[in-house]
Amino acid sequence: MFKRLRPFLALGLVLSVFFLGGCSNSYVIFDPKGPVAAQQKDLILYSIGLMAIILVVVYVLFTVILVKYRENRKDLSNYDPHNHGSKKLETIWTIIPIIIIIALAIPTVKVIYDLEKSTDTSSKPKAPLVINATAVDWKWIFSYPKQGIETVNYINIPKDRPVLFKLTSADSMSSFWVPQLGGQKYAMSGMETELYLQADELGTFEGRNSNFNGEGFTHQTFNVHSVSQADFDKWTADMKSKSPKLTKEQYDKLMLQGHVKKTMTFSSTHLKWVNHAHEADYAVKTRERLGVVPQNPHGSKAKDANKPESDSKGDS
Amino acid sequence: MKWDEFFVTGDPLIYGADVSIALTTVGILFYLTYFKKWKWLWTEWITTVDHKKLGIMYIAAAVLMMFRGGVDALLMRVQLATPDAKFLDSQHYNEIFTTHGTIMIIFMAMPFLIGLINVVIPLQIGARDVAFPYLNAVSFWTFFIGAMLFNISFVIGGSPSAGWTSYMPLAGNELSPGPGQNYYLLGLQIAGIGTLLTGINFLVTILKMRAPGMTLFRMPMFTWSALVTMVIIVFAFPILTIALALMTFDRLFGAHFFTLQGAGMDMLWANLFWLWGHPEVYIVILPAFGMFSEIISAFSRKTLFGYKAMVWAMVIIAAYSFMVWVHHFFTMGSGALVNSVFSITTMIIGIPTGIKIFNWLFTMYKGRISFTTPMLWSLGFIINFVIGGVTGVMLAMAAADYQYHNTYFLIAHFHYVLIGGTVYACFAGLIYWYPKMFGHRLNERIGKWVFWLFNIGFNVCFFPQFLLGFDGMPRRVYTYSAASGWGPLNMVSTIGGFVMGLAFLLFVYCLYYSFRYAKREVAGDPWGVGRTLEWATTSTVPPHYNFAVIPTVTGLDPVETFRNQKIDTKPKLADLKPIHMPDYSGVPFVMAVFFFIAGFGLVFEWYWMGIVGLIGVFITMIIRSFDRNEGFYVGLEEIKETERINE
Repeated sequence: MFKRLRPFLALGLVLSVFFLGGCSNSYVIFDPKGPVAAQQKDLILYSIGLMAIILVVVYVLFTVILVKYRENRKDLSNYDPHNHGSKKLETIWTIIPIIIIIALAIPTVKVIYDLEKSTDTSSKPKAPLVINATAVDWKWIFSYPKQGIETVNYINIPKDRPVLFKLTSADSMSSFWVPQLGGQKYAMSGMETELYLQADELGTFEGRNSNFNGEGFTHQTFNVHSVSQADFDKWTADMKSKSPKLTKEQYDKLMLQGHVKKTMTFSSTHLKWVNHAHEADYAVKTRERLGVVPQNPHGSKAKDANKPESDSKGDS
Repeated sequence: MKWDEFFVTGDPLIYGADVSIALTTVGILFYLTYFKKWKWLWTEWITTVDHKKLGIMYIAAAVLMMFRGGVDALLMRVQLATPDAKFLDSQHYNEIFTTHGTIMIIFMAMPFLIGLINVVIPLQIGARDVAFPYLNAVSFWTFFIGAMLFNISFVIGGSPSAGWTSYMPLAGNELSPGPGQNYYLLGLQIAGIGTLLTGINFLVTILKMRAPGMTLFRMPMFTWSALVTMVIIVFAFPILTIALALMTFDRLFGAHFFTLQGAGMDMLWANLFWLWGHPEVYIVILPAFGMFSEIISAFSRKTLFGYKAMVWAMVIIAAYSFMVWVHHFFTMGSGALVNSVFSITTMIIGIPTGIKIFNWLFTMYKGRISFTTPMLWSLGFIINFVIGGVTGVMLAMAAADYQYHNTYFLIAHFHYVLIGGTVYACFAGLIYWYPKMFGHRLNERIGKWVFWLFNIGFNVCFFPQFLLGFDGMPRRVYTYSAASGWGPLNMVSTIGGFVMGLAFLLFVYCLYYSFRYAKREVAGDPWGVGRTLEWATTSTVPPHYNFAVIPTVTGLDPVETFRNQKIDTKPKLADLKPIHMPDYSGVPFVMAVFFFIAGFGLVFEWYWMGIVGLIGVFITMIIRSFDRNEGFYVGLEEIKETERINE
């Protein structure tokens, strides 16, 4: 009989090893570089712990029952076809899950509320750095309204200072996600969503759009460079003086679908003539104005246009 | 439109598919003509209104769709097995994951379950057919034609590529031009008609046509699950119908419900989609729960533990299924209060589900558990579904979900519930009730191989995806860099996927092998452990009228009672009366063909063709309205002969 059960037992063992292995620091969401991701990591580990208890209870019960009440056992005297319920047992397995859910719900709700607030919870909180992040197929445009600079596909942020991202999109629904700094939030046209993040360490962290939005989705990534406040100030001053101004023509070219070959920096932002949170159709109208007609990917025109590298169509 | 825009060109994989489609079609036409099967096909199958035959056709179509969706899955797994792979380009990959998701949910899982419900439920409640047999045929044919319309997209015109969720504005004309997305809208719309009709049909059947003595709380658990599912369908599917219609207006007629221009609201689509989409998840899991309840009880030779709790758990799950849809987009920024509320409602669903798991475990407690293949699938379900369940609770924690959302953690979770729950139930139920459809059981030895291969392959395929999610791998990426470090786990996952594919092939072989060699059963209950009325029919494959005399029910598990009290269920001559049965009709099939014409015309925006098709649909409706055919009586002679009753 144990032969029959062995695969189940082996499976359980493998699963628990995987789960424990999952808690190691090698996975990005378990390797946080800021307070938001750290809070989420703690919540996740706590829930994995509780869930592991449930798994163990169910699997042990499962194994014991299968072994003890199998058909080909020697002693069938404990077979009871009329056993059809037990108020006591059923109450137990109604109440215990309720307790577990309360135990999960309280910290969850607490963290949900915390994440809506600035990461600096001290009595004299630092003012957050505001960055407007705009998704447009398939790149990220970042504006620093106060510093008056704009970047494409990368940002520099000062370490240990809360950053408030104001998210919007010029076209498709996207999701702004820097796993090592914290969880994601959608960027949507005609809408502005807010996300607080903060880096506690120097370094470069990968960010991306995680919400599928078409052909170039996979490569819609950006880098977040966490630098010291002094370096950040120097960088903004440098960029302000050395980088070119963003022209409307250049910005409109960015509105076309496609990737950019390199990151870009400008010494002015697009916010003075358009905020996509209030003007949802700007990108679509711009494409129309520039004479770009959406192409059926199976139509003959589209096929000729992007034969060799389908992913690099419309490079700006 | 040029010919190379009508047919999809330029990809060797597609040309291969073209050739195999052509060869299969020629093969089928040749077989039907050479063996003179056309008349048989028309009179026995295409025009049938018999719930058992419709059920078999549903299941056959679903298995075919499982093959199609499975091939899609394996193509994706090949592309993802190694970093920077060039097997599929981005557009092709996007089309494949879109069709995979849509086909598996709408054209595989749901029809498979509806097929089993069709075969089993009327037998289980002691009815001779469903309440509206003609409507049942309309349901099947609209589903089937909707599925076919969706399926041809990959060779004609190009498949949709906006994901099975088809979020706006991505799915709009500006970002997804071409006929692809129209296939999604019209294929689902036509198939959705069938599902909604099925919901109404079985709701009435279960409420009005139960055998004498079968009160609501004496209904078998599978019947209960079907009843609850039908209620969800009736409430949820109209939402999909409307949402699809609105998006169709956006795409075809320049409306602005969800578009970027004209103050369209893309979030509205997400809300409407999941207002249907979440109940949809329960539409495909509750019948699975019902089947496991039947099978675990039968092969433990015990009555179900906590019957009433099981019923109420399902009713609560059904009610809650309409109150959790926001958990599909916690990241939309709805605010802390909304996310907290939906976090908690979602977690609460875990309570009734947990109750069900423990009740199944204690159904086996003090039983005599035999490890037949349906039972193995049911036991495998418990193991896998618990993992799917606990990871579901983890995803329900909104603050944590911000990190899991759109990652492989989510992918792994819903495959653990949809495969571990629904697909395992499809296998378990199909094997369990197979003799009711075909008169013989499936080979147990091959069946066990299939189970172990599939179960191991499934876990090898999907467990690593939880870890990939922890490592930040987003869903729907068509490739990834070697530097990401996702390569090894993806390779493991791909190997698991192919083991599942192997198990599927072995299962098909098992169908063939059993058809050739399995012993033909004669008695009504070939397993010898049946508890519900479908096992009370006198022959293995019930005659078209199901029961010569409708049995009377005195409690739960009537067949178990007959067995214990040695009650002879063989009908007596004196009790026989002529049986009234409905006529077969070719109208539902013709109606579906017109639906296809209309749908195909609208996909390519050939409005003349759409109008012709819709006029055809209305004409078939008018024909039906004036149809005075009122069925026929099965004579005593035929009943006596079928039931082998001697004077």
